[in-house]
Amino acid sequence: MNPEARSIELRNVSRWYGNVVAVNDVSMTVGAGITGLLGPNGAGKTTLLNLMAGFLPPSRGELTVGGRPSWRNPGVFSTLGLVPERDSVYAFLSGYDFVRSTARLHRLPDPDAAARRAIGILEMTEAQDRRIATYSKGMRQRIKVAAALVHDPQVLLLDEPFNGMDPRQRLQMMDLLEQMAAEGRTILFSSHILEEVERMSGTIQVIVGGRLAASGDFRAIRRLMTSRPHVFLVRSSADRVLGAALIGRPAVTGVELTARGLQVRTSDFGAFSRELAGLCRDGDIRLREVLPSDESLESVFSYLVAS
Amino acid sequence: MKRPGAIFGLLNPVVLRITLRATLGRKRALVFMLIPLVLILLTVALRLTATSPAWPPEFLGDFGFSVVLPLTALIIGTSVLGAEIDDGSIIHLLATPVSRLSVVLSKFAAAAALTVVFGAIPEYLAAAIARGFTDKLSLGLLAGAMVASIGYNALFVLFSLLTTRAIAVGLLYLLVWEGLLGNFVGGVRVLSIGQYSVSVANSIARTSALNAHLTVQTALIMAALVTVVTLAVAARRLAAFTIKGDAV
Repeated sequence: MNPEARSIELRNVSRWYGNVVAVNDVSMTVGAGITGLLGPNGAGKTTLLNLMAGFLPPSRGELTVGGRPSWRNPGVFSTLGLVPERDSVYAFLSGYDFVRSTARLHRLPDPDAAARRAIGILEMTEAQDRRIATYSKGMRQRIKVAAALVHDPQVLLLDEPFNGMDPRQRLQMMDLLEQMAAEGRTILFSSHILEEVERMSGTIQVIVGGRLAASGDFRAIRRLMTSRPHVFLVRSSADRVLGAALIGRPAVTGVELTARGLQVRTSDFGAFSRELAGLCRDGDIRLREVLPSDESLESVFSYLVAS
Repeated sequence: MKRPGAIFGLLNPVVLRITLRATLGRKRALVFMLIPLVLILLTVALRLTATSPAWPPEFLGDFGFSVVLPLTALIIGTSVLGAEIDDGSIIHLLATPVSRLSVVLSKFAAAAALTVVFGAIPEYLAAAIARGFTDKLSLGLLAGAMVASIGYNALFVLFSLLTTRAIAVGLLYLLVWEGLLGNFVGGVRVLSIGQYSVSVANSIARTSALNAHLTVQTALIMAALVTVVTLAVAARRLAAFTIKGDAV
């Protein structure tokens, strides 16, 4: 198939509401394979996905899905599937009814077969006859994905698909997305939790403050994440002694004595935690508290952006 | 040229079915199921106690056309699309290639059909209890109530696309536009769904108790015009349906 038919193109796309700029001059091409749209909450990820799905017009710039603009063009949904973040489905329908109705809205020739296939892929066959109202959050997420997949779209957009899933369901969903990407589809998902997507392969686009802040492949971003400096607040029975010992260690890049305890900077989290334990044991120092002090998502993302 | 039946091709059976199930399943369904019950009970009570022979057109015209029909249509018409927009489930319908005109027409058809069942037919039954099934008043009120079911729902479906406070706006329209201004300003009657309905009812029932002020031709033409225009605006509005993102 023509690669254009499954690509999402954004050229200098901006979207603002009054004085608030939600998406700021973003250009990107999302092609076949998996792409993660990452960024802290409020970064503009959902706005971008809504722009792509045609639920918002760009204030400026051009946006096409499969070569066609998506705004005011419901026809794009013949090749596009959307899994919205909001957990609102027709809860009075059974899972099967919901997916089959979606198949009929797509005017598929055999809606029953399409619904069974999509439900099978998501391993929801056992629960398909229960009303969606009785589903857990993870099951609702999966039935939404089944509905979005029912017409076998070339492009699939998923807004925070791992929210509310337990680790096993998350792994299963990642496998499914990778499998669909391997079949040549374009899969774009958003997430605000970097660790959530740590084991995936593919491309990531980092959005911070409405701007495309960084992009690259998962491995490069992962390396940056593990080698980024961590800052910890350490409180012990002998801060001065511990601080002097810590500064002599290669994993530690800085120590500061503060009123609240020791502020320790390290580039190697694993080595630091082993050495800290060893030093305390050898020096008979009692460790009272070890707190990560820069673990906010914003600091992680801004570090990635700066690199 | 398209066949007159082509409009039915625009109705989407899946949207119709889901809308009917959703609307009947919501708590507010109790309200529009109770209203016709009150109408029938009051009619029976009046039939047993009223002394003036003019009570049927007065009561069924006033209570039926100023309260029962507009309120039933208001509750149903604002919820067929409005409730799904409020809770976000509309996105599952809109993330498909179904034309927005088809979505609007199917939602409107579901609302109009429900209003016929829970408004127009009870109005006819009440008239039949008062005067008999084939009496001119009964048939006139049924015809007028059908016009009300269609016109009000087109308007209230549009309101639900224009504002998140569609019920309040609809009440304002009924109380201020139709109720207050309609009584004092003659021109308003030409733009009043209530007037179209009672005027059509009056063309068959022929009673001054209905307070009809338009000819049946004007009423029918204006009702058709208002319905078509409001539905067209609603479809355009739905085609430009937007969801705000997380940054605001």
